[in-house]
Amino acid sequence: MSKDKLVYSARGDVIEAKKPVVVNRYRGFTRANHWLTAGCMVVLILSGFAFFHPALYGLTGLFGGGQTTRWLHPIVGVVLAVSFLGLFLQMWKLNLPRREDVEWSRNIGDVLKGNEENLPELGKYNAGQKLVFWGMTVLIVTMAVTGVMIWEEYFPGLVSIPARRVAVVIHALAAVGSVLILILHVYAAFWTRGTLRAMTRGTVTGGWAFRHHRKWLRELAGREDGRKAE
Amino acid sequence: MTNSWTDIKNTDLVIIMGGNAAEAHPCGFKWVTEAKHNRGAKLIVVDPRFNRSASVADYYAPIRPGSDIAFLMGVIRWCIENDKVQWDYVRNFTNMSYLVREDFGWQDGMFTGYDEETRNYDQESWEYQIGEDGYVLTDETLQNPRCVWNLLKAHVDVYTPEFVEKVCGTPKERFLKICEMIGECSTPDKTMTSMYALGWTQHSKGAQNIRGMAMLQLLLGNIGVPGGGMNALRGHSNIQGLTDVGLMSNLIPGYLAMPKDSEPDFETYMSTRANAPLRPNQMSYWQNYRKFMVSFMKSMWGDNATAQNGWGYDWLPKLDVAEYDGMRMFDMMSKGEVNVYFCQGFNPILSFPNRGKLTEAFSRLKLLVVMDPLETETAAFWENHGAYNDVDSASIQTEVLELPTTCFAEDEGATVNSGRWLQWHWKGATQPGTAKTDNEIMANIYQRVRKLYEEEGGKVPEPVLNVAWDYADPLHPTAEELAKELNGKALADLTDPADPETVLRPAGQQISGFGELRDDGTTAGACWIYAGCWTEDGNMMGRRDNSDPSGMGVHQNWSFAWPANRRILYNRASCDLDGRPWDPERVLIEWNGERWVGPDVPDIAVTANPREVGPFIMNPEGTSRFFSRRLMRDGPFPTHMEPFESPVANPLNPSMRGNPVARIFERDLADLGTSDEFPLVATSYRLTEHFHYWTKHNVTNAVTQPEFFVEISEELAAEKGIQKGGRVRVWSNRGQVWAKAVVTRRIRPMVCDGKTIHVVGIPIHWGFKGAARKGFGPNTLGPVVGDANISTPEFKAFLVNIEPAEGGAIA
Amino acid sequence: MKDLAPEPTTAQANPPVQPMESNLLPSDVVRVSATSNVPQPERQLTKVAKLIDVSKCIGCKACQAACVEWNDTHPALEENVGVYDNPHDLTPEMFTLMRFTEYENPQTGDFEWLIRKDGCMHCEDPGCLKACPAPGAIVQYSNGIVDFISDNCIGCGYCVQGCPFDIPRIHKTAHVSKKCTLCSDRVAVGQGPACAKACPTECISFGTKEDMIAKAEGRIEDLKSRGYDNAGLYDPQGVGGTHVMYVLHHADQPSLYAGLPDDPQISPLVQGWKGPAKTAGMAVAGLAAAGAVLHGLLARPNEVSEHEEQEAEVLVDQGGRDNDGGQA
Repeated sequence: MSKDKLVYSARGDVIEAKKPVVVNRYRGFTRANHWLTAGCMVVLILSGFAFFHPALYGLTGLFGGGQTTRWLHPIVGVVLAVSFLGLFLQMWKLNLPRREDVEWSRNIGDVLKGNEENLPELGKYNAGQKLVFWGMTVLIVTMAVTGVMIWEEYFPGLVSIPARRVAVVIHALAAVGSVLILILHVYAAFWTRGTLRAMTRGTVTGGWAFRHHRKWLRELAGREDGRKAE
Repeated sequence: MTNSWTDIKNTDLVIIMGGNAAEAHPCGFKWVTEAKHNRGAKLIVVDPRFNRSASVADYYAPIRPGSDIAFLMGVIRWCIENDKVQWDYVRNFTNMSYLVREDFGWQDGMFTGYDEETRNYDQESWEYQIGEDGYVLTDETLQNPRCVWNLLKAHVDVYTPEFVEKVCGTPKERFLKICEMIGECSTPDKTMTSMYALGWTQHSKGAQNIRGMAMLQLLLGNIGVPGGGMNALRGHSNIQGLTDVGLMSNLIPGYLAMPKDSEPDFETYMSTRANAPLRPNQMSYWQNYRKFMVSFMKSMWGDNATAQNGWGYDWLPKLDVAEYDGMRMFDMMSKGEVNVYFCQGFNPILSFPNRGKLTEAFSRLKLLVVMDPLETETAAFWENHGAYNDVDSASIQTEVLELPTTCFAEDEGATVNSGRWLQWHWKGATQPGTAKTDNEIMANIYQRVRKLYEEEGGKVPEPVLNVAWDYADPLHPTAEELAKELNGKALADLTDPADPETVLRPAGQQISGFGELRDDGTTAGACWIYAGCWTEDGNMMGRRDNSDPSGMGVHQNWSFAWPANRRILYNRASCDLDGRPWDPERVLIEWNGERWVGPDVPDIAVTANPREVGPFIMNPEGTSRFFSRRLMRDGPFPTHMEPFESPVANPLNPSMRGNPVARIFERDLADLGTSDEFPLVATSYRLTEHFHYWTKHNVTNAVTQPEFFVEISEELAAEKGIQKGGRVRVWSNRGQVWAKAVVTRRIRPMVCDGKTIHVVGIPIHWGFKGAARKGFGPNTLGPVVGDANISTPEFKAFLVNIEPAEGGAIA
Repeated sequence: MKDLAPEPTTAQANPPVQPMESNLLPSDVVRVSATSNVPQPERQLTKVAKLIDVSKCIGCKACQAACVEWNDTHPALEENVGVYDNPHDLTPEMFTLMRFTEYENPQTGDFEWLIRKDGCMHCEDPGCLKACPAPGAIVQYSNGIVDFISDNCIGCGYCVQGCPFDIPRIHKTAHVSKKCTLCSDRVAVGQGPACAKACPTECISFGTKEDMIAKAEGRIEDLKSRGYDNAGLYDPQGVGGTHVMYVLHHADQPSLYAGLPDDPQISPLVQGWKGPAKTAGMAVAGLAAAGAVLHGLLARPNEVSEHEEQEAEVLVDQGGRDNDGGQA
C-alpha cells in the first residue's frame, strides 16, 4: 500500500465504484471538520459584521444581543482556528503549488468560460482552490493573532493600546479579505456543478473528477488501494 | 490660632514650617490658595521633605529634623542685621525696651540657674528689673545693655547663615532667599502668617520652636494683624475643644490651673494669681482669675459651694507632681502602679511612643476600659497578630472592656476648630448596635459610683457626692445642657455695681459674656472662655450666616468664636499707637476717637485709649514678650538644642544631650539610641489620605493609601540596596517595623557640619485593625521624651536604621 | 408640573430643594455611538467644562474619594508599590486618579512635584464614541458631556482603542466600559461634579466652558508672574477641545504630567478603521457577493458531461492510463 506514490491525492481518496465511477473525495472526519469550520465562519462573519458596521448591529440579535455576541465571537474564533488547523494538517501538502498551477492561472479566462479542455490536467486542487486554502490560512492566522490582541475579556493588557489599534484595523481588513475568499469559495462550489456532494456525501462522480482533477483521478486509478471496488 | 482659618486669605506670605498644611489640613489649606489666587501671596515651605505643601509652594528649603530653632534665630538675626523690623510695632507693643535683671545670662547653650541634679533651671534671674512702683524699668532708647533688645541681639548673634547651614543642613543661598522674602513683611502693609502643627510641637523643645516664630512675627509686627499671626493647626477634630475644657491633667476648663499640693486652700491658690499690671494703665485681664475660678466651682458644686467652704476648693484634686499625663501614667503602669485605665477616644498603642513599653504597661493593668466608636488596637493590644502585634495572649491577664460610643456624626454638639470657632453640629445618623454617647456612658458610671458611695461610704466621698448634677435625665445629660453649663448663668439677680437698683441679669438667665462673671458666688460658668456660646438668644454656635460684609473673613454671625466671638486675638495690635490700622486696606478694628469699632470684636476694652492701654491685655505688661520671663521651663529665649537622639553634637555645647530640662524617665533614658548604631534621622507624619488611625477602618480611605510605607532618598536606597516598592526593616533602640519603601527624590540627604544626614520618613496611619493592610506606625520606634513645657513626645526627630527585608512581617 | 433643574454654573451650586426634573434630556444628545442620523436637538445647552488647575492641586485624593462615594464604586485594596498613586491605575471602579511625577526643572534647578488628576477629558470629538460599535452605548450631550450608557454597552473594548487619553476601563464582571461621567447625573439636577465639590483647594472647578477659560486665563497670568513663563491652558484642539481642561505650569510640555499627551488626537488608525475601512469593506464584500450571484445567474454553469463520465470509467478501468498509453 505504502509503496504507492501519493503526489496528487490523499490516502483516504479512493474510487468507490467503477460503473459508474464514484470517487471518495473527503472522508467523514474531513467533512465534519470542514462544516465545523464553515459553521464557525458563518457565526464569525455574522457577529463580526455586527461590530464592523452599525447598520448590521442588528445581527447581534441572532445571538441574543450585543453582550453575548461580544462574548461569543472570540470564542468561536478560537474554535475556528483549531478546526481550521485540522483542515490545514489534512490538506496542506496537496495544496503546495505545482507547475500546472501556473498554466491554469494563465488560462483563467477558459476557467471562467468552463473551457476545461484548454486547461492542464490537475491534481486534487486547482490553483483557485489553493488560493482559497492559502488565503484562508494566512487570514485566519492573522485574525487569530490580532483577535487575541484585542480580546478585552481575557487579554486586556496583553499589548499596548497603539498596538491594539493596529491589530483592530488588521483584524477588520483580514475579515474583509476572508469574506471575499469565502464568497469565491462558495460561489465556485455552486458554479462548478457536482462539487457540493464532495462535502456532503463525500464523493464525486468520475466525470467530475475526470473533468476537473484528472491527475488526481489518474493517480487513484493507478493506485492499488485506490481501487477499492475491485 | 491667634487668627482664623478664613483670615489666612488676607496674608501676603505664608510660611509653613513645622507642619504640612496641605497634607494634614487640606480643607484649611484652601485659604492659602485663596491668598495666592486673590492677593498674589507667596508660599514658603521649610521641611525635611518636599511634601504636598511644597508641591504648591513658591519656595522650598530643606531642614534637618529638630533644628528649627537655629533656623528661626538665624532669620531673626538676619532681620535685625538688615533692619527688617517694624519699629513702630516693636517699640510700642513689645517688651523690647524692658530691662532684665543683671544676673540673667546665657552661656554654652544654657541659661543661668541650671541644676544638673534635678534637670531643672532655677528661674530666679529670668525676670525684669522691677522699680519701686511695682512697674518694670524700661529704656525707650534701647541703649541699656540689659534691655531685652540688646539681650536678644546678643542671643541671636551666633546664628549666622553659615551656622544655620551647618546645623540645619539648609543651603545658605536658600536660607538667605527665605530671609529676604520674610524681611519684606516688616513693613506695616505686608504681613506673613505662620502655619505650624505637630512638626514643631513633637520635639523635646517644641514650645521653644513656636516661641521662635512668635518672636519673629513680633519683630515683623505680624501678631494681631489680619493675614498674620501664629497659627497652630490642630491635628484632631476638636482637639482645640479638648484643651479649652481642660482635658489635661494639670488644667481645669478655660486654662485655669489644677491646684497643687502646695496650695492647700483657695486663698493660697489665689495668692500667686493676682496678676497686678507691670506697666501703668494695663488691663492685665488675668486679674479676673478669681471670678473665673469661683464661677467654675459654682458650676461644679452648685449650692454646695459657699464662701465659707472656699467654694468647694477642697474637693478639687491637688497635684503632687506637675501632671499625671500619658507619659507619667504609662510609666506608672509599666511599673505595676496602676490598676484600672479608662481609655476614651484615644488609641495609645498606635499614638504613644515606645509601643513595646505600652504593651507591657497595659499587660500589668487589672482592667482596661476602652470607649471608642471603632475597635482600636489599644482594645486589642492582647491579640496576637503575628509580627504586627507579637504578644503572648495567654500571659496577659488584663481584662478589657469595650464600650462602643457614637462617632461625631451620630451625636450633636460643638466642635472647636483651630481658629477657636465652636461650630455646632447636629446628629446626622443613628448609631449602630448598642453604641451610646460618651455623655451617657459617663453619666451612668458616675451615677453608679455615686450610689456606691452613698450606700457604702468610702474615702473622701465629697467630690463625688457634692457634684451638681442638675440634668433632666441624670443618666443622659444632653449636649445642650452641657453647653449651657459651659456658657454660665446668673445664680442671683446681677445688679449694676454703680447702681444696685438696676438688674443687669436676672437670676437663672444665661450670661452673654465672661464680663458678667462674679467672684461672689452669684454666677456659675464651667468654662469662662466659652461664655457667650449659649446665651439668652440661643445657641450662638449653631449660627450659620456666612455673610462677611467687610470681606475680611470675619464671618461674625457664623458659629461662635471664643473669646467673646472675637475672630482675631490681639487685634488691637492691627492698629498703630493712635488706633489707625497699619494697613488701611485691611481693617479689623479702629479707634474712632471714642471707641474701638470695626468688623471684629475688639480685643481690648472698647473705650480703652490707644495711647494708654497696650494690646496684649492678658499680659500684666500689656505688651508681648521677646523675653518670656519665667513662663517657659527651658529659657526666656529659644536656644538651639539637639533632639535627644541626634546624629550630631550641639555646636553650642557638645556635652548637652537634647533639651536639658525636657521630661524623660530613667527607663526611657536607657532606651535611647546613638548615631553610631542608628545613623538615620527618622521623622513621623500624617498623609492626606488618612485621618490618624480612624480612616484605615474605611475602605475608601484604605484604597487611596493601602499599606504602611517609609520614605527614603534615592541615595540612601542605593547605599542600602533598597528597591522602590521593596520591603524594608526599620529599627530603633526600642523596636522594629517592616514597611514598603517609597524611594523618592522628595527627600534628599543633607550635609550638617560635614556629615551626610539621611532622613527616613515614617507615616502614622497603619495598625492591625481595620480595612487597610496590616502595618505599623512610628510609635514602635519613637522615644518617650516629653517637651519641657507641654510634654509632647519627640516624634519628629529620632534615630533609626534601615535594611532591605525579604518578605518579613507575615501575619 | 415639576420644573427643570437649572444648569449648574459652579461646582458649589446647590440646586433648590424641591423636586425637579432632570435637565439632561434624551433630546439633548448630539452624538450617539454607532448611530449616524441623530435628530437635531431642539435646544443647545451651554457648554460646560471642568477646569483642573494643576498648580493648585495638593494631591489629597479627596476627588478620588468623592468619586467613589458618589458613583458607589468599590475599587480594590491594592499594595503599596513604592509610589503615592493609589490605586495604581484607573480601573472600572476608579474613574479618577491622582498621578504624581517627580520632576527636576532644568531651567530653574528646582525640584517640582507635579500632581495631575487623571480621568476622562470629555473630548469635543470623542474617540471612544467614534470607535464604539454598539448603538447608544456612548452619547454626547450638547453641553459637551460624553457619557457611557451601560445598558447599551457590550464591553468590547473598542472605546479603549478609540480614546487618545487611555481612559476607559472594561469592568471585569459587569463587562461594560466605565469612566468619568462628569457626574452627568448631578449636572442634570443642577449640581457640579462630585470631585469639584469635594476639592478643598478649588483646584477643580466647574462651570461654563467660557467661564472656565476666563478663570484659567487669570490663573495663567498669576503663574507667569511667579516665573512659570510657559504656563497655559490644556484644551487640546486635536480632539476639538475638551470639556475637562488643565491649567499647567509647563503647558509647553504636557507629557511631563505623567504622560499627558502633548498633542492628542483620535488615532488615524481608528479614523481609518471606523471611516473608509468600514465603508470600503462593506462595499467590497457586497460587490463580491453581488458579482458572484450575477455571474451565477448569467453565466453557464460548469457542468460535467455524460461523455466525461464515460471517459472516467475508461480511465479507471485502465488503471489511470490513457488509451494511447500515455501518462501513468
